Amino acid sequence: MSLNYLTPEFKVIRDYDLCINCKVCMRQCANEVHSYDEQLYKMVADDFKCVNCQRCVVMCPTHALTIINHPQDFRQHANWSYDTIRDIYRQAETGAVLLTAMGNDKPYPIYWDKMVVNASQVTNPSIDPLREPMELRVYIGRKPDKIELDENLNVKTQMPPQLKLEVPILFSAMSYGSISYNAHASLSRAAEKLGICYNTGEGGLHKDFRKYGKNTIVQVASGRFGVNREYLNTAAAVEIKIGQGAKPGIGGHLPGEKVSEDVSETRMIPVGSDAISPAPHHDIYSIEDLSQLIFSLKEATDYKKPVGVKIAAVNNVAAIASGIARAGADYIAIDGFRGGTGAAPKRIRDNVGIPIEFAIASVDSRLRSEGIRHTVSLIASGSIRNSADIIKAIALGADAVYIGSAALIALGCHMCQKCNTGKCNWGIATQDPYLVKRLNPEIGYKRLVNLVTAWGHEIKEMLGGMGINDIESLKGNRLMLRGIGMTQKELDILGILAAGE
Amino acid sequence: MKKIYVKEEVCIGCKLCEVYCITSHSKYKDVLKAFKFESITPTPKIVVEENGPLSFSLQCRHCDDAPCVKACITGAMQKDPLTGIVTCNTDKCVGCWTCILTCGFGAILRDEKNKVASKCDLCADTGEPACVKNCPNDALVYSEGGIKA
Amino acid sequence: MLKEGQVRIPSGCAISGMMDQTGAVFTGQKIADSIATMHDRSNGLGGGFASYGIYPEFKDHYAFHIFYNDLQSRQETEEYLKANFVVAFEEKIPTRKIPQITNAPLIYRYFALPKLEKLNDTELTDDDFIVKFVFDVNIKIKGAYIFSSGKNMGVFKAVGYPEDVAEFFKLESYSGYIWTAHGRFPTNTPGWWGGAHPFNLLNISVVHNGELSSYDTNRKYLEEFGYVCTLQTDTEVVAYIFDLLLRKQKLPINLVCKVIASPLWDQIDRMSPKEKALYSSLKIIYSKALLNGPFSIIVTFEDGFVAINDRIKLRPLTAAQNGDMIYVASEESAIREVCKNPEKIWIPRGGEPVVAKLKQTNTNEIYESKEVTA
Repeated sequence: MSLNYLTPEFKVIRDYDLCINCKVCMRQCANEVHSYDEQLYKMVADDFKCVNCQRCVVMCPTHALTIINHPQDFRQHANWSYDTIRDIYRQAETGAVLLTAMGNDKPYPIYWDKMVVNASQVTNPSIDPLREPMELRVYIGRKPDKIELDENLNVKTQMPPQLKLEVPILFSAMSYGSISYNAHASLSRAAEKLGICYNTGEGGLHKDFRKYGKNTIVQVASGRFGVNREYLNTAAAVEIKIGQGAKPGIGGHLPGEKVSEDVSETRMIPVGSDAISPAPHHDIYSIEDLSQLIFSLKEATDYKKPVGVKIAAVNNVAAIASGIARAGADYIAIDGFRGGTGAAPKRIRDNVGIPIEFAIASVDSRLRSEGIRHTVSLIASGSIRNSADIIKAIALGADAVYIGSAALIALGCHMCQKCNTGKCNWGIATQDPYLVKRLNPEIGYKRLVNLVTAWGHEIKEMLGGMGINDIESLKGNRLMLRGIGMTQKELDILGILAAGE
Repeated sequence: MKKIYVKEEVCIGCKLCEVYCITSHSKYKDVLKAFKFESITPTPKIVVEENGPLSFSLQCRHCDDAPCVKACITGAMQKDPLTGIVTCNTDKCVGCWTCILTCGFGAILRDEKNKVASKCDLCADTGEPACVKNCPNDALVYSEGGIKA
Repeated sequence: MLKEGQVRIPSGCAISGMMDQTGAVFTGQKIADSIATMHDRSNGLGGGFASYGIYPEFKDHYAFHIFYNDLQSRQETEEYLKANFVVAFEEKIPTRKIPQITNAPLIYRYFALPKLEKLNDTELTDDDFIVKFVFDVNIKIKGAYIFSSGKNMGVFKAVGYPEDVAEFFKLESYSGYIWTAHGRFPTNTPGWWGGAHPFNLLNISVVHNGELSSYDTNRKYLEEFGYVCTLQTDTEVVAYIFDLLLRKQKLPINLVCKVIASPLWDQIDRMSPKEKALYSSLKIIYSKALLNGPFSIIVTFEDGFVAINDRIKLRPLTAAQNGDMIYVASEESAIREVCKNPEKIWIPRGGEPVVAKLKQTNTNEIYESKEVTA
């Protein structure tokens, strides 16, 4: 074997004054970084294997461990950075596409952080959510132009199917296979408790979770995994997945080793076979094909469930969204280029797509200018990090948001970006029974409920500050936003004024 | 009586329960000092059993009709009539291991260094067993009627 | 400085309204006295009145009240008007020179009916034709502004305190069966007469005290239905929402109130199945027509008015009844000033409409008994 040019990315620092040789770190590391040296009578670490997931750091009973970025660097070069050079070494060695996971980690501008929110002063009283009612419930689905009533005030309007959410937050599509059974158990149970929905992703619906059907959105993706009549009819809504923010334009690949017996049954594919999601749906080569699939799914579900379409935010997103609305979708989910993934080619994750902030604004504006905004709901995703991001997304025009990475972080994810290896030490992005157990759904669901509840409180506080007591009155209310440090063009696209204007 | 129950489906085999058991029964009650400074490191009074991905922490069941108490040749092993806790008086224990032979659970361990039986006392003096309190994944439950309670 | 319409201006206000439900008319002196009581609720930067039943001799004609900045805009507007309408009568609106009111524009009124061939050309209803005409003039003709466009009714407004505005327009010489008034307290002002209230479109006029936190949401919702919000005022948005729901979509007035001040989901969840179907459908379909933030408004039509607060009553509103007279005002004092001892006087709860209606048009439907509290 020739020389490997790579050097360790991280360094494990162990304070031997604190280490008690309890070996908890060793037992907890799926990457086998830590070991006990019988001759040295002490714990040692192999820095090369460390991915900085920090499981050992958190588990160490004496806090003896610290993981740092390895101080070994190349000669300073602003252009040929450490990462750039490392990637070349890796590819020169393997001849392979670089794989990574979670969302884009490059320092693109984060437009959420360039927007600030309004509050009432004097002319308009702020509302105290602790004393006054504050409504966060939203309905996702097509809204009729008007209500039709008979002379006795019975509603004649046939209301299109709606998805009721007690807070405008849903858990993003993350398939069983890419994440663990226990992660799905946590998400589904939390969704039920919160009165919201989680999304199965494209991996089918495990039979144990059918009982959460009212809080489940099932996905129909290009691989058609797990799609059958029962799957569609168990759910509260059906989502056609066209694209994903982390990897617009390409398909997915769940390696055979992750297709366990349980995953195989749920996905309806043989054990150990690779699960390939083609880049396009091979029955959707244009917008009219999409329309046919939407109506096929509506037929299959008796027109009782909203059928949505998820796309990645790309250059032409506004026109595409308009087409999807006219094709009959009840909602459009748009995933920005910072959206997460269980595995994606690094170059695609880091370079393809546009920020969700612009996508929401341009789609909302476009649909409004065409007079069809009320015929479709808009769900935004792609790195919603906190309740303020949600406020801003809704003020820009979204009806609700999907949260993926944030939900996983609540479950323990430390963003080591190694989901694709299947060795998630936190029991989330893995099918290894040793590791899956580490995520206790009993704890996990409570943490998710806590997170969304906390965000709900914060949203209420911010709404109250704006003098609003119903989240509906924030939708598209861009006057509530001001921009800081943006160009006029960026402000124009977002449809907001600069701070001070 | 309140006993320790284990949810083996979420026991992750980290053995922190053993670490905190030792700490709880140490002189300083401090994890670092228990391991670093106590002249004779105590044996844990519980043990994590493992077989593949399956693991669980095993503690004395404090049986109603405790065979170990009957078998004890010196009277070191006693069941408190009030609390129901079975304890081993190490001053009386002579290390004959008869109790270990009779225990159907394998819950009594050998403290080889002190030549005495080492077993769970439910951390009676602190109120809540240290293993339960420190289990990172809530795999241990200290309750009156099993894990559902 | 930017003109109203180019910038949003928050303002506080006084409002007052009164109606004789038998349709009997009374002069503008009464409303002027009422609104004058609340002098300190306005700051002299806007006052106005709307009155119904004042033009019986032209009751079938649309009465356009127009501000002109100059002769050129007047000429341009009149050309456009006369190309599309048969004008029965036109005149300068009589005013009284008083020192408190300055910088008056040219103020004209026209009683007109759309030309039949123009209506046929455009295939619009009379009302829609008028709406289009009003928007065209207000947006396209610089310096002209139509501030009143209903039948047998008129709006009179100016930059000044409302009692001075009444004197300026000689309102004591007009008689109507409904009068509403507005005194404005804008936090800054372009000093533009068109920015004063009431806001009017066709027979709907609105006086409003409040600041809609939902303004941008409401505006965008309306734009989907073809409305153009030129003034950027809350009042304009309120008027268009009533126009959309009441005139175009034919929703009963009480239900329109349940849209703009909707019941809470908590309350709907406890309703009977029939009510639940009605109110949840209303709330889902018209969620963006909910007026959020503090307001008390009086929306007036040819056959009555409705006064309503936001759901949690963040602005004052008092109502009173004396025989066939219904009074509403920001403050009780404004009612007591013109009606010493009303038979009944009450403070309506948040979201609970006070409806005054011409006697013959009373209806009795389920929502009448429905009370919404915040």
